[in-house]
Amino acid sequence: MSINDKPFLSVRDLKVHFPTDDGLVKSVNGLSFDLEKGKTLGIVGESGSGKSVTSLSIMGLHRAGGKRGAPQISGEIWLDGEDLVAAGPDRVRKLRGQKMAMIFQDPLTAMHPYYTVGAQIVEGYRAHHPGVSKREARKRAIEMLDRVGIPQPDKRVDNYPHEFSGGMRQRAMIAMALVNDPSLLIADEPTTALDVTVQAQILDLIRDLQKEFGSAVIIITHDLGVVAELADDILVMYGGKPVERGPAATLFESPEHPYTWGLLGSMPRLDRELQDRLTPVKGTPPSLINVPSGCAFHPRCPYAELTGGRSTTEVPVLAEAAPQHHAACHLPIAERHRIFADEIAPRL
Amino acid sequence: MTDSQTAAPQTATVPAPAPASDREPLLRVTGLTRHFPVTKGLFKRQVGAVRAVDGIDFSVNAGETLGVVGESGCGKSTMGRLVTRLDEPTGGKIEFEGADITHLGVGAMRPYRRDIQMIFQDPYSSLNPRHTIGTIVGAPFRLQKVATEHGVKKAVQDLLELCGLSPEHYNRYPHEFSGGQRQRIGIARALALKPKMIIADEPVSALDVSIQAQVVNLLDDLQQELGLTYLIIAHDLSVVRHVSDRVAVMYLGKVVEIAERDSLYASPMHPYTNALMSAVPVPDPRRKERRERILLTGDVPSPLNPPSGCRFRTRCWKAQDICASQEPPLTAAKAGHQVACHFPENSATE
Repeated sequence: MSINDKPFLSVRDLKVHFPTDDGLVKSVNGLSFDLEKGKTLGIVGESGSGKSVTSLSIMGLHRAGGKRGAPQISGEIWLDGEDLVAAGPDRVRKLRGQKMAMIFQDPLTAMHPYYTVGAQIVEGYRAHHPGVSKREARKRAIEMLDRVGIPQPDKRVDNYPHEFSGGMRQRAMIAMALVNDPSLLIADEPTTALDVTVQAQILDLIRDLQKEFGSAVIIITHDLGVVAELADDILVMYGGKPVERGPAATLFESPEHPYTWGLLGSMPRLDRELQDRLTPVKGTPPSLINVPSGCAFHPRCPYAELTGGRSTTEVPVLAEAAPQHHAACHLPIAERHRIFADEIAPRL
Repeated sequence: MTDSQTAAPQTATVPAPAPASDREPLLRVTGLTRHFPVTKGLFKRQVGAVRAVDGIDFSVNAGETLGVVGESGCGKSTMGRLVTRLDEPTGGKIEFEGADITHLGVGAMRPYRRDIQMIFQDPYSSLNPRHTIGTIVGAPFRLQKVATEHGVKKAVQDLLELCGLSPEHYNRYPHEFSGGQRQRIGIARALALKPKMIIADEPVSALDVSIQAQVVNLLDDLQQELGLTYLIIAHDLSVVRHVSDRVAVMYLGKVVEIAERDSLYASPMHPYTNALMSAVPVPDPRRKERRERILLTGDVPSPLNPPSGCRFRTRCWKAQDICASQEPPLTAAKAGHQVACHFPENSATE
């Protein structure tokens, strides 16, 4: 990251709040990160941590006004020198598909069942290339299907989504997302609905395509294994806020935040000795309407008492714990390292 | 017929792992098949069959946990529904405590329902939204007309406590609970009649990671406390490894490998098991460079028209002519380790 140039994607203090009858749902409440071209950022968190809402607001896909009023979006999202929060819907619509594209979790609901796969890819291509003839666009669609590894693409292009298997549908959706060579690709749980053997194929495909096109990729998932496969940097979210951010290698080797410890400890792992018991995170994820005071994680944190009450009163901010590695925790760094070395690391 | 068969299981309501006869497994399944007919035309002429479960054999001993893994469409859920008799097998035999329950009718099956209970995958659709938790968890008592010592309410509250919920939840509705809590409610309901065996179909796959571990630990505690026998169906190999004593791997309606847990995970013999394990993403970025991964190409073939011989041969890198012509039987390759493959791996290592 150079100092003078702005990074390719830069999110600054993003807040997305939804007004509801029960109160304001603070889905994302102060999120900042940067992403360069050619790099992959993994956003990890449980359901309700705000990871999908983040991706939808980057794409400008939050409905402008529902029955209960529009979501309140504030902060800045700079994509290649342009602020998407301030830009009008028409401008965002131009960028969407062209400069940024998204892969959704469930390809069967994300694709239109009445149109052939080819027609849907062609539509995306021609929307951003008005001068292109149908024949050329179709050629481009076949080319893309071939690129994502669909056998007999010249025949498959005329199939409907239901004629594809789950893995092929996900491939077709990747083809659709990449048809305009976007420089930002957001993959929201791209493999959650797939079997492990197919998941491995899709993860490989995303990795290869990124190398080929050099785009920036955000991968959103709850599976720490999937981010470890793909991501260069990882952002862990909890209750709408980032709790830890750092390079993948250091984050997995020496995680700083007790929530990250909890996530790692609660996963059974094939690459480790079998443990007698898993160590779950106690309690349940917080309500986003009444987010716990201070550190949102404090009701579930086994070390909250060690901060002398700061956990309940003061909101922690991301602070550097190691080079490029930030964590939002009130525990003193030395104390955190001691706890991790003594209590957490032996269990992982 | 009903009288003689109902007598035995009804007297045995104690949850202890009844060691009736020493080596008699609690559940034994032989040659179990389920073909779903595919019909065509006005007269519903049968033109084919989806061979969801196509001849599987296994047994589960009292007090142990058998894990069943496989990809979607391999028939593992259908197998679970057959064993609980929620679906009618087209062939084969299911024996529970030595009694044949394969084709029992609704009435004759009822006494066995107390002993075999099920936990479902989706805690959002497996609880009736219009019923209170008290009604849901108390339903088994009413349906089976079981008398409780201090009334149904007390029994339900005890169950809720056993599963880590609060007795005050008795009058609440399912929508007031989170996914993990709902799954606990489902578990409480399954435990109501002190069953001997619990069949859990993907019990944790709909839950968040941190909650998943809570439920896995709860299942573990309950097994030790109540001496339960589990048949756990899941697609997640690491969860299955954590909970099981023995593991069966299914592919296209067949069991391709069944073994003691440690033997299976340390030295998988079927190429498919090997490929499955190498495909599991591991939360360790340093490992991704140096591990060798077996990438399977393509998708699982259709169970409408499975490949001849070995069903895995179309995706197998070791396949030869014999694999297409001859179906490999499930045979014991070493102690406690059965595999159905003509060219098993890791066999020379021992």
